[in-house]
Amino acid sequence: MQYEEVATTEEGNLVINVGPQHPATHGVMHLVITLNGETILKVEPHLGYIHRSIEKMCESLSYRQFIYSTSRMDYLSAHINNHGCALAVEKGLQIEVPERAKVIRVLMDELTRVASHVLWWGAMAMDVGALTPFFHAFRERELINDIMEETCGARLTMNYMVPGGVMADLHPDFVRKVKDFVAFFRTKIDEYDTLITHNVIFQGRMKGVGVISAADAVSYGCTGPVLRACGVKCDIRKLSPYDGYEKLNFEEPLETAGDSYARYLQRMRELRESLSIIDQLIDNIPEGDFQAKTKAVLKLPKGEFYSRVETARGEFGVYIISEGGLTPYRIHFRSPGFNNLAALDHMARGQKIGDLVAIMGTLDLVIPDIDR
Amino acid sequence: MISIEHISQSLHEALSASLNSTLVLLIEMVIAGVLVIALFAVLGLVLVFMERKVSAYIQIRLGPNRVGYQGFAQTAADTLKLLIKEGLTPDGADKFLFNLAPLVVMVVAMLIMAPIAFTKGFQLWDINIGVLYVSAVSSISVIGILMAGWASNNKYSMLGAMRSGAQIVSYELSAGLSVITIVILVGSLSINDIIASQQNGWWIFKGHIPVMISFIIFVIAVTAETNRAPFDLAEAESELTAGFHTEYSGMRFAFFFLAEYVNIFVVCAIGATLFFGGWMPFHIGSWEAFNHVMDFIPGIVWFFGKIFSLIFLIMWFRWTFPRLRIDQLLNLEWKYLLPIAMFNLLLTTLMAITGFYFK
Repeated sequence: MQYEEVATTEEGNLVINVGPQHPATHGVMHLVITLNGETILKVEPHLGYIHRSIEKMCESLSYRQFIYSTSRMDYLSAHINNHGCALAVEKGLQIEVPERAKVIRVLMDELTRVASHVLWWGAMAMDVGALTPFFHAFRERELINDIMEETCGARLTMNYMVPGGVMADLHPDFVRKVKDFVAFFRTKIDEYDTLITHNVIFQGRMKGVGVISAADAVSYGCTGPVLRACGVKCDIRKLSPYDGYEKLNFEEPLETAGDSYARYLQRMRELRESLSIIDQLIDNIPEGDFQAKTKAVLKLPKGEFYSRVETARGEFGVYIISEGGLTPYRIHFRSPGFNNLAALDHMARGQKIGDLVAIMGTLDLVIPDIDR
Repeated sequence: MISIEHISQSLHEALSASLNSTLVLLIEMVIAGVLVIALFAVLGLVLVFMERKVSAYIQIRLGPNRVGYQGFAQTAADTLKLLIKEGLTPDGADKFLFNLAPLVVMVVAMLIMAPIAFTKGFQLWDINIGVLYVSAVSSISVIGILMAGWASNNKYSMLGAMRSGAQIVSYELSAGLSVITIVILVGSLSINDIIASQQNGWWIFKGHIPVMISFIIFVIAVTAETNRAPFDLAEAESELTAGFHTEYSGMRFAFFFLAEYVNIFVVCAIGATLFFGGWMPFHIGSWEAFNHVMDFIPGIVWFFGKIFSLIFLIMWFRWTFPRLRIDQLLNLEWKYLLPIAMFNLLLTTLMAITGFYFK
């Protein structure tokens, strides 16, 4: 874990600024990399280009309002972020969420996870130089966005989860469209495998690259697919199930190699698991209310409340300190991207520039999630 | 039947009738130069449009479809835009080399055009070492790319240029070796002789497996030599933003862009000449009627048809495969392609000595 300092000014070493505007960072992130020829000696991420002080803003918003700002953090897991916040507030107020709302939430979470992983797949392929998969990925993602749009009224920052349930009931077409999508998407995943997973060049770029051991990944605080690709069980849906995940029959896929290819396979397997969760629930949506009856003005009792959920990128934690007022005293979000990024330096040392881009692709970084 | 050969013949006769031979040569050279530049411009437009349409087709999109019929004028509009744009020279750049580099790349691309036989009797320069000339001149373009990368005073550009240098120098070897297999079989370096030797069948059919292997190596090597994906490390968009031409804008960027497409055209033309009989029509053994129908199609159509099929193949690569890493790229060349090409050369030599190929 301990590294010797790399002299950036040493003769022959080249320091390059990757970003803040660079096609590989998928957002405004700044990496200062030290190179010796093509080999990377050090990667130093510089953050803060898209910092919007969301945590501070939340201190002046009510418990109904602050949830909406979390859609803007990890915009690819907007539903799941909202879900985590709603859970924390419900924990504080001890609201019993109706069964129907729970199922809807899980369905939406899993659809979001599929949409996020699909986009990751396209972007990942683009990082290693294959441009076509990006368009294939968007073809599928559009279908999910359409489903979201009908039910939630928005395509990216849905703001659908509220304390006590969900904002509105499902659209009448929801079940049919989701079924169509799942059937369509299952054929497409196989196509993804033929196009990219089994590609010799792609495997050559991925295997044995960006290796991180389970112990190192844990000490960096990596979560989600990045940690699971090292063989550590860390799925919050299994560890501390919420909203009915305990009743579902799904596996937690585990890869063990800890390299880029393991992280890739990990996400591909999770895609299939998400589809099976959707399959289990889509025919069994219970009747009833979609929202519990709550007071118009929510006031959390004095105390500290924590909830955690599994987003597409890993563990998302919401920590609320309440003084009993209308707004939280302090809110902290534990975002998965920040910790996963921390491991980048460890993974990239000694690799080539092209590998750095591939490793960043497999970390699935969403920059607004890192900066908040 | 009107053919290009007749046109050039009668033009030559008409000029010779009234002028002395020096003046005729001069006029003909001017005409040839204008034709090359025109072909250059048209190729740029057509190939860029083709690339955009092919990529759109592969990527389930429509591609350009607003400017002109089916977007055909799109590339012309883009060229116009690039012409009007300001060509920036960055501070700290070596101004002379920076401005010279696109010119070098462009001129090299034009020069390789010279010995290509477009159809029977229509060739700019019937040089007896045509194949050697092409492989010699095409390697000059690496100097232009290195120049561009070095003079830009940009770290990305320099990395791209260094990659490109290593890549082109390596892949030229196996491209050269696979070209030599055909030269050995024909026994001549002249483009016309090579085409004439395929009167009774193209080398790809006549030459058994060794020629097929050398064709595959040729396609891989020229894809790498023209810096096309999956070997586009010199520009590697997601890694080096735009590689060696990061700092170029306006028409100087367009020169690089055009040169890339013309290079593709030229290497595909060489490929078509060596392996697919140049402008020779497709014949099947003793099917007289079929062969006559094929003969009726002009040679230039055959030639361009073959070239564009090969270009489509190379475009298909680009939009399908992920990019290799620099060490993998060099491994592929030095550990696989080069030994295979050398062994293949031995086989072909054996074949040529024993005369074991379809005559």
